[in-house]
Amino acid sequence: MSLDMPKFSDLDALYDEENAKVATEMYEDPDLFAEEMEKVFKRTWVFVAHESEFPDKGSFKLSHVGLEPVIVVRDRKGVIHVMVNRCRHRAATVCEVKKGKTASFQCPYHGWGYGLDGSLRALPYPEQYGDDFNKEQHGLLKLRTESYQGMVFATFNDDIEPLTDFLGAEVCRYIDLFMKQGGGFPVKVLGEHQFTVPMNWKVQLENTTDAYHFPVVHKSFLQSLDGATNEMFDFLDKGRGWVEDLGNGHSVMMMIPELEDLEANLDDPIPARFEELAQELRDEGYPEDQVRRIVRAVGGAGFNLNLFPNVSFSLAFFRVLTPVSVEQTDIRHMALGMEGGPQAANQMRMRLHEHFQGPMGFGSPDDAEVWERVQRGTKGGEQLPILVNRGLVDEEPGTAGPRGHISAETGMRAAYKMWKRMMA
Amino acid sequence: MTEMSKIDAGALLADVTRFLWQEADLLDACAYDDWLDLWTEDGMYIMPIGEGEDYANQLNLCYDNAKMRRDRIGRFQAGFSISSAPPAVTVRTVSRIVIDKAEGDLITVRAAEHLIEDKFGRQRSWAGNVRYVLKATDEGFKLHQKVIRLLNSDGMLNSFSYLF
Repeated sequence: MSLDMPKFSDLDALYDEENAKVATEMYEDPDLFAEEMEKVFKRTWVFVAHESEFPDKGSFKLSHVGLEPVIVVRDRKGVIHVMVNRCRHRAATVCEVKKGKTASFQCPYHGWGYGLDGSLRALPYPEQYGDDFNKEQHGLLKLRTESYQGMVFATFNDDIEPLTDFLGAEVCRYIDLFMKQGGGFPVKVLGEHQFTVPMNWKVQLENTTDAYHFPVVHKSFLQSLDGATNEMFDFLDKGRGWVEDLGNGHSVMMMIPELEDLEANLDDPIPARFEELAQELRDEGYPEDQVRRIVRAVGGAGFNLNLFPNVSFSLAFFRVLTPVSVEQTDIRHMALGMEGGPQAANQMRMRLHEHFQGPMGFGSPDDAEVWERVQRGTKGGEQLPILVNRGLVDEEPGTAGPRGHISAETGMRAAYKMWKRMMA
Repeated sequence: MTEMSKIDAGALLADVTRFLWQEADLLDACAYDDWLDLWTEDGMYIMPIGEGEDYANQLNLCYDNAKMRRDRIGRFQAGFSISSAPPAVTVRTVSRIVIDKAEGDLITVRAAEHLIEDKFGRQRSWAGNVRYVLKATDEGFKLHQKVIRLLNSDGMLNSFSYLF
């Protein structure tokens, strides 16, 4: 497809910004999907991994930037590289181990060997390529790579602004707040749940900033909680939270404002569900102020920070989407813990994660079901718009952009505005 | 197994097989209350991710003690969970049953489980290695630990509205 001749020139018909209506093709047109992979996923910063997933020199992990399989690796000097997992000779993948440690990557087909920085180091019988064969021009295809707070992003776009400019000051502030759930320790990825769902990637993009669905889809989860925790998740009725457009497609959904800053109000009473953990930490000799800090952090932050196009900092975990096809999207829920923190606290974080997240969680299967139902529903009524206009009526200016009611679709509008800008 | 005679071993395998098939039958029938009764109070139902065996200190697909099992069943039965109202229909077989160890009242068993689910007319198939620790009691066997290791447990799965 030529990018000079966009097939979808009528972007206003695909996303009607004024009325906040999304056309059905947005979820089901394979040509549009192909164009999105070029114009969105190959031109912006895409989250690929957290630094704790490959902590040592030579540690690597496989990931994706849009449809492209990449290797994320730390070289001998600790520098992070992201490169396409494809041998420069005849295209075989040079790595099929999901995660590990290595000194180099070697193509299994003809033995071309690459360094941790992607450079071509050696190949068998090079003489047949002649004297002017330049190894320096045959390294693995590398992406520009930058990190913020351990979050590694990569891009095929050499002209894009630096990562922190793309995120913006408000997003960086929220990331800093989110990382306070390390409880004084560095945040570490403890594992991940993965499931694939027959839905367009934008159905997922919408969902991470959708508080409106929570009491409906997750009623059975809410019923499995104790009274005080159930009360905490009752953020729609309390109506004190908000959703704000943070620019560049990013948004924040503040569900539990009292948990915006996990280091504020540490003298508040410890919730009953964390009392046992608090006592365990005291018994292990942690001083009271640290006990309170850790216990507060265990439950996670009070907000979802949604970054366009593929990662959400969601209460207590990272939610990552990878588009597979127009009607299929892979989801990862990365569980977080405290690097070097108390074992009991990390155990509790993993149990809380298992409770809601993943293929056997009390929440994710119901999410997956409704996402699939959206995709199935779009088979009918092609001419009907998808509405993301909720909360337009009482939106007000926020710090960085419009701010709406907690159940407003402000975050979706932020994402679609950016989508439209990138597709133009 | 060395201390058991061939006849005893054969009888034990038959008893264990009958129990595992009864459990599989209850799960396919969504007879969850009866299934809960099969457990010891301190039994653990675990679906790990990857090869690790330090279940308490790793992230699992599920790590259920008695309370989590009851809550999970309650969620299935209350009618508010859209993924389990109705759930996918399942047909499973449990086979290749091997008794690893029988010491005192605890019997360690390995088996293969194949499961096919159907929802919306779309069928998916799953396979897992299952390790059971059964406890022999006056009322027959009880499940004391059940560890289901799905193929590709550390890769992309789907979401499940039933038990393995």
